[in-house]
Amino acid sequence: MARYIGKEMSRVEGIAKVTGRAKYAAEFRVPNLAYGFIVSSSIAKGTIKSIDTREAERAPGVIRVFTHLNAPKFRNDPQDRSFRALQSDRIYFNMQPVALVVAETYEQARYASRLVKVDYNAEKHQTDTEALLASARDPSHGRGTRVRGNPEVALREAPVKVEAEYRIPIEHHNPMEPHAAIAFWEGDRLTIFDKTQGVYEVRRHLASSFGIPEEDVTVISPFVGGAFGSALRPNYYPTLTAMAARELKRPVKIVYTRTQMFAGHGYRPYTIQRVALGADRSGKLTAIIHEAVHNTSSFEEFDDNTTGFARQVYACPNLRASLKIVSTDLHTPTWMRAPGAVSGMFALESAMDELAYALKIDPLQLRLINYAETDPESGKPWSSKALRECYLLGAKKFGWEKRKFEPRSMRDGEWLIGWGMATGVWGAFQAPAAARITLRADGTAHVVSATSDIGPGTYTAMTIIAAEFLGLKPEQIKFELGDTRFPRAPLEGGSMTTASVGSAVHGAAMAIVARLLDLANRNEDSPLKGAAASDVELLDGRLQLKSDPSRYVDAFDLMKRHNLNEITETFEARPSREREDYAMLAHGAQFVEVKVHSELGIVRVTRIVEVTACGRIVNPKTAHSQEIGGVVWGIGMALQEATEVDHRYGRIVNPNLQHYHVPVNADVLEVETIFVEEDDKIVNPLGVKGMGELGMVGIPAAIANAVFHATGKRIRELPITPDKLL
Amino acid sequence: MRCELITIKVNGEERTLAVAPNRTLLNLLREDLNLTGTKQGCDDGDCGACTVLVDGRPVLACIKLAAQCDGCEVTTIEGLAREGRLDRVQEAFWHEGGMQCGFCTPGMIMSSYALLQRNPHPTEAEIRQAISNNLCRCTGYTKIVAAVKRAATFAEFTQR
Ligand code: FES
Ligand code: FES
Repeated sequence: MARYIGKEMSRVEGIAKVTGRAKYAAEFRVPNLAYGFIVSSSIAKGTIKSIDTREAERAPGVIRVFTHLNAPKFRNDPQDRSFRALQSDRIYFNMQPVALVVAETYEQARYASRLVKVDYNAEKHQTDTEALLASARDPSHGRGTRVRGNPEVALREAPVKVEAEYRIPIEHHNPMEPHAAIAFWEGDRLTIFDKTQGVYEVRRHLASSFGIPEEDVTVISPFVGGAFGSALRPNYYPTLTAMAARELKRPVKIVYTRTQMFAGHGYRPYTIQRVALGADRSGKLTAIIHEAVHNTSSFEEFDDNTTGFARQVYACPNLRASLKIVSTDLHTPTWMRAPGAVSGMFALESAMDELAYALKIDPLQLRLINYAETDPESGKPWSSKALRECYLLGAKKFGWEKRKFEPRSMRDGEWLIGWGMATGVWGAFQAPAAARITLRADGTAHVVSATSDIGPGTYTAMTIIAAEFLGLKPEQIKFELGDTRFPRAPLEGGSMTTASVGSAVHGAAMAIVARLLDLANRNEDSPLKGAAASDVELLDGRLQLKSDPSRYVDAFDLMKRHNLNEITETFEARPSREREDYAMLAHGAQFVEVKVHSELGIVRVTRIVEVTACGRIVNPKTAHSQEIGGVVWGIGMALQEATEVDHRYGRIVNPNLQHYHVPVNADVLEVETIFVEEDDKIVNPLGVKGMGELGMVGIPAAIANAVFHATGKRIRELPITPDKLL
Repeated sequence: MRCELITIKVNGEERTLAVAPNRTLLNLLREDLNLTGTKQGCDDGDCGACTVLVDGRPVLACIKLAAQCDGCEVTTIEGLAREGRLDRVQEAFWHEGGMQCGFCTPGMIMSSYALLQRNPHPTEAEIRQAISNNLCRCTGYTKIVAAVKRAATFAEFTQR
């Protein structure tokens, strides 16, 4: 019986956050700091004809103005094609950095940035994915092109079919914290405070850009004010910050403005999808054709595997799911919460709803008819899959059986009521990760790993896991992260941190237990003589036999007897072999009520029940918060979020929080999140799966389906704004 | 640009400072006084992360010039806990889990604190109104609203 895993725990870093003591990247105190401000291009494509920095250089407080003419060149790294600024006169996207002004104060740098005069040779640009469809190509990695069965023939012969196109605009993550870095050099050694989801990735990127050994770069990132994917790839400001610091021989800080974030870290790509479904009259799917196209940049290939998860959702013998990309004169897109999955499932789950209406079958029933008992893609069994339980529990909590099938059949005065549902899916990934535990004879432990905590509660989850397996109280554990001086951990992305880093912490704790047992059994009359490490556990300072706790050794006495103030173990956890024999996914079911104003087309999401099955829950308190946050991201995607590009200028016209709408508290009414726990011994030693992205995956489709039920209008282009319903 | 001398009381401590006329209150707090608990989310008046109290009223520090605060009393998130004891609003945000990344949290807490100062028993609508200026990208707001409700019921902390 677990003491801490699965029990609610308030965040261990909570006090630091509510008192303002938690330090984010821009907030470290470094003496003699200079402030950088980025000057951005005003064209989307072309070259810089001339750049005049004289007036800016004369402005008060300005130390230096860097442009492509005087900035040093970064090393070329064929493995890392991410954009590096100020390297040539070429403009690849609008709002690309063309200069960096460094001054004594932020205000001086910002003021002088307006004095930099740039003349361009503009070239004809294309930022509109729709205009480029003829040039759509397969991503070079060739993933996802495998065809199952014969979908074209099956579709042709299907007695019931639906086919439609779906569109998702560019969206930006908009974490509340702007990206920022502070860099300083000591000789050839670089230290940088950065907002990142992976300190090791930033370290590698910086070391390769400057041509210095990785060991000479320290990246520190203890708190991240939200990221959602925007701090996964190396962005261009850390290299700029470090470059300026090196040239000026003093610490430099760069903070993006909110506007610069829209061209500073990537975005969810503009995505067009076509879904065709064929079914027999009983509702059994006979064909799925799911094709997606989204944009990338002109200088880099990115794809979010839009149709990847959709291959594994329904049992269907004939399937083709593909993704093509087109090159636009925009910055490179990137992963944004539930990348690919939420886009692909918006299309697939909308199409399933359309099919339900074509068949006159209840939408939930249609999902149950096509339930995948084994992985339709690989034929492997699931390590665990409680999706059916999610459907049934969600339907019951929501009151789905009271739903009237016909659209426009429920009403509350001027408001049309609609009920919709959809399925969510995400992976159960695990990547190699390492953690180090130092157990001290005073009964405390220090646990470290270079993972990050962008908000889900990694600090707390790791503290819980360490406390559980070291048999200590959470107050006796100090967990630290976000520092390249700690053992390597993967990027905090793909919802795999608890699985990966948690397994490493678990493994390190087991190594501590084994070490203690070894010490104990050096003594001839140890009560644990003959026991294997797996037979014993640590509990409140006792190393005891699991089967007979009366046989124990006091661990801390033992350490003292051996003159050990502390013992340290580092453990690297890797995905198990066994995983290869199974298909592993996390699932969820979402039920949504909307009210749509019959005259104004305003959509209110009045009620959501979301049931998720993602293995074991380490900390229900933070886990529910993750799911609620995911649901609200789904609301934003469904109803509000869109980055508008004026294609005439190739420029984003709403790069701020006034015009890019993220959900506010008035958009969030009743949200209930429920977990159906799965006992999964295959995925990893802790039995945990990803949940951070899962929470939003089915929501946009569920809302669109509810809007259809309310109004009879099928909106296939997000966001569902009132104009589309009038 | 000429600096001006201002006198300003920050978290109970009186300071006399030279400020450039284009220095915002936000940068005065963060850069000059190292009070980085007050966050910069947009620098545009759109997000509420920079909310502080000026003479008891919630104000967006990013669109307030420091020079305008001459003679004012400013309270930041760092000024809420007394003698190492969290304010009830801080306590409630922590225990209710009204935060994830924590970046909106100081602003949320300051808006909520100001609400409870002027209205100790707010309705849910009044709570939502009071924090309507504050964006949160992580939590989905529900636990933040719950935290403010809970703070209002912490009778033992109310009188201070
Ligand atoms: S930083 Fe002041 S409102 Fe956003
Ligand atoms: S907790 Fe991250 S923005 Fe609110």
